Amino acid sequence: MESSRRKFLKVAGISAVGMSVGTRPVLDALAATGGEHGEIKSPEMVKAENALSAVHWGMVIDTRKLQTAADLEPLIEACHSIHNVPHHELKRQEIKWIWETEFQHAFPGTGTQYLNEAAQHRPFLVLCNHCQNPPCVRACPTKATFQREDGLVLMDFHRCIGCRFCMAACPFGARSFNFRDPRPFIPEINKKFPTRSKGVVEKCNFCAERLAEGKMPACVEASKGAIAFGDLDNPESEVRKLLKENYAIRRKETLGTEPSVYYIV
Amino acid sequence: MSKKMYNKEQVVAGLVIFVALVSFPFWYNFGKAAPAPTLELTKEAKAAKVCVRPTEYMKAEHMQLLDVWRDTVVREGKRIYVNEAGKAFNMSLSNTCLDCHSNKAEFCDRCHNYASVDPYCYDCHIDNPKETK
Repeated sequence: MESSRRKFLKVAGISAVGMSVGTRPVLDALAATGGEHGEIKSPEMVKAENALSAVHWGMVIDTRKLQTAADLEPLIEACHSIHNVPHHELKRQEIKWIWETEFQHAFPGTGTQYLNEAAQHRPFLVLCNHCQNPPCVRACPTKATFQREDGLVLMDFHRCIGCRFCMAACPFGARSFNFRDPRPFIPEINKKFPTRSKGVVEKCNFCAERLAEGKMPACVEASKGAIAFGDLDNPESEVRKLLKENYAIRRKETLGTEPSVYYIV
Repeated sequence: MSKKMYNKEQVVAGLVIFVALVSFPFWYNFGKAAPAPTLELTKEAKAAKVCVRPTEYMKAEHMQLLDVWRDTVVREGKRIYVNEAGKAFNMSLSNTCLDCHSNKAEFCDRCHNYASVDPYCYDCHIDNPKETK
């Protein structure tokens, strides 16, 4: 068959017209099924009625009421048991949401050369500070860690790729990495709360899951009044009253991360 | 029109072997389709009769539903799902879905295995909150 450019263009032109006309009903039909799909009445998703809310959640720890390691133990235990935090023997694989440390490590640059005995020997309870200006959130390349509207700095474990930039960015060492599958190392699994998987970072979540059902964080509940939790934005709240009446400090104030956890010393 | 084909025997033999190999899975498995899995419902699930959404929707779209749930719970802190019938559910895989469908092996796994999907939900979410192991 002899072929020429002229003939080819003719056929191509006719087929183009034919296709645009011929496929119209097919496309319409496809669009219609799509529309039907969207017509399903979308159910609502809401917060529980008894959920606690705040403009800016914050915590005030009265370290005068938590003098010894034995005072801190039940608080740490309460948190780690309900959140399925694994217990690793190896220090470098340790996972911690809330733990104790000494004054000079909790507040470097704050103490004087001759620190008073009480501050020097007292264990301090430390956890994620839920900073208002969180460096971990800026470092995260996948937005797995984010700041919620009420000030909570949370993790979306589904999105964490385990790059550990957030751990490098956090000046408080509040984040731990799961080098191993945590499940075999959880003393007693709380079946209501998920575990984590190997390769994700985890940290304190200010008990977001408890606030959602109207409960105070686990450590606050276990502290018998030594820790106050509330809305830092509300001048009438318990935390603000405590801060008004007592001299309180925050960790590594000069870094400008604006922690939401205050310590009365 | 007719042009000479070089090495005709080898080329044709090669093509026949190639087609036979590529189509091997199709004719080897022809007529041997695995039967669709039958699911077993737990007593609770049978008593409830309807799931969060109609059964057909759940069969086809439960993964999209769970995906929306996880984002809404984690990111927005909204944990209550009110369906078209006005019934409220806690949006939780472990505490709601798997509390009712507490037979993962006879319910979830059968379809997932049949469809050869391996969801990693259960790496973290505990598959049966009531089971004492």
